[in-house]
Amino acid sequence: MTLTIAIRNLLHDRVRLAVTLTGVVFAVVLIAVQLGLFVGFTRATSCVIDNTDADIWIAAKGVRNFDVSSPMRERKLYQVLSVPGVARAEKCIVQFSNWKKPGGGLESIEIVGYDLASGLGGPWRLVEGRLDLLSQADTVVADRFYFSKLGIQELGQEVEIRDRRARVVAVTDGIRSFTTSPYIFTSFSNALRYTSLESDQMSYILVRAAAGVSAETLRSAIAAHVDAVDVFTKEQFSLMTQWYWMFTTGAGLALLIAALLGLVVGMVVVAQTLYATTMDHIAEFGTLRAMGAPNSYIYRIIIDQALISAVIGYSLGICVSLFIVRYSEKGGASILLPWQIAASLFVLTVAMCVCAALISINKVMRIDPAMVFKGR
Amino acid sequence: MQNAPAVAVYDLSKVFSSGPTQVTALERITFEAAPGEMVLLMGPSGSGKTTLLSILGCILRPTQGRVVVKGEETAGLPEKGLCRVRLRHIGFVFQNYNLFPTLRAVENVMVALDLKGAPKHAAREQSLAALAAVGLSDKAQVLPENLSGGQKQRLAIARALAGDPEIILADEPTAALDSSNGRNIMELLRTLATQRGRCVVIVTHDNRILEFGDRIVLIEDGKIKPK
Repeated sequence: MTLTIAIRNLLHDRVRLAVTLTGVVFAVVLIAVQLGLFVGFTRATSCVIDNTDADIWIAAKGVRNFDVSSPMRERKLYQVLSVPGVARAEKCIVQFSNWKKPGGGLESIEIVGYDLASGLGGPWRLVEGRLDLLSQADTVVADRFYFSKLGIQELGQEVEIRDRRARVVAVTDGIRSFTTSPYIFTSFSNALRYTSLESDQMSYILVRAAAGVSAETLRSAIAAHVDAVDVFTKEQFSLMTQWYWMFTTGAGLALLIAALLGLVVGMVVVAQTLYATTMDHIAEFGTLRAMGAPNSYIYRIIIDQALISAVIGYSLGICVSLFIVRYSEKGGASILLPWQIAASLFVLTVAMCVCAALISINKVMRIDPAMVFKGR
Repeated sequence: MQNAPAVAVYDLSKVFSSGPTQVTALERITFEAAPGEMVLLMGPSGSGKTTLLSILGCILRPTQGRVVVKGEETAGLPEKGLCRVRLRHIGFVFQNYNLFPTLRAVENVMVALDLKGAPKHAAREQSLAALAAVGLSDKAQVLPENLSGGQKQRLAIARALAGDPEIILADEPTAALDSSNGRNIMELLRTLATQRGRCVVIVTHDNRILEFGDRIVLIEDGKIKPK
């Protein structure tokens, strides 16, 4: 019966119900989009690390993220190769450079030069062209998303990188950079020409562990054996990069604060409208108390009202959010809404509405049941 | 044989305090109402009738004195205990009906049974029977706003009857009704007292209904006036 009373109370004033639902939808969409942006950005910061089949990443001492690192000399590679448990170690270059558009104008890019034989550090999500063509001089891979930004019209187009000729021989789809500089993949030898590194320098050494050797054990062994380097497991380096970009720069914090703001605004709107609905029906709650209704009965009505608002509001909000997520795939911002966030958001929405209902419960519990009699 | 009182108060006083101001609403009242009896509480406005009804109904606590409902001392019970007594023994009828405007007539009655833990199907059956008892069978699916004043009060009585309480407390049940509807309501309450042995206590200003009471208790300035 409490559910029936709750539904009828909500439907009694449909305008107010619409306002309540708008508040919930607003909160759900705002939180979903902000958290989705957070997840999208976070994954973008470490996407090359996460999609590279290396167990260990080695960089010059003091590295704080994937995109900015000091060069290392090639002898470090041989030191690493001499560590027991290393199955394979390859050089990799990650460095910013300049891209001259065919129609004029410069764009900043991020060169990722990798070992073609092992594929460690190479692109994924290939949709057009051939990676084996990277063995030719002056060839690169670009992502379709950045075609317009880089002035690329078609596969095979020639451009200039750091005043050297470059030809697009393959295209990926969906490899986005967190920075404004798109990733441009090329062979290690081509990368040396497109960056300021010397021929015996590199940004990273990527290591595969031998069978039966754990990444953490190997990481410790390399750190003990090779001096002046930072050694990370793949997960550690990914997390460190994510943390750097999302929190050291404040970008992630801004997104999380916006999400929190959505939660607060949603809670205020829902609390206000639920309170107004409760006040509209205060005489009935007084009557229930006079009839001997235990507190739990009245709690259930108010909580049911909150839960109904939460479920309907969440359903509408998540639909709007999914539409925005889908639309964002074509836009500049990558918004990801994994099911774990969608599920967490449902719990958060329910908690938000129930917390908002507590104010109403507090009010109802203060009702003097004698109000049911005239003159009292 | 004299029945044991269904509800009684002994040496009861009620003082309302507001800051330094104290108002004595009831002073050393002793009153009993037996099963099957219909008692009319009358008196001028502010005399304490409604306060007495609230204390009889375990809604207000006395400042001093005893309150006994169906043999149970209630004055010292905690709020939870008072709720239990109200739920188990007392049905209320209010001047302004106090119906649930968003619920249909049958659902209004079902609420009272739901509070007592009746299963939904049984609650519906009993509610329909209660509506039939007050002549509202054909209005079961109607919202209160679509009922006349008399019908609303009959619905309120049906709700008060649901769960078969031994005591019916009514606050000005005919005040908002014309004489014909008022008479019908009083006949209904009279029947409850006579045929079903319910103790009915009514607060009223309405001289038209004096003939229905077994006993009239006059209250003035918080005291029961001798006959």
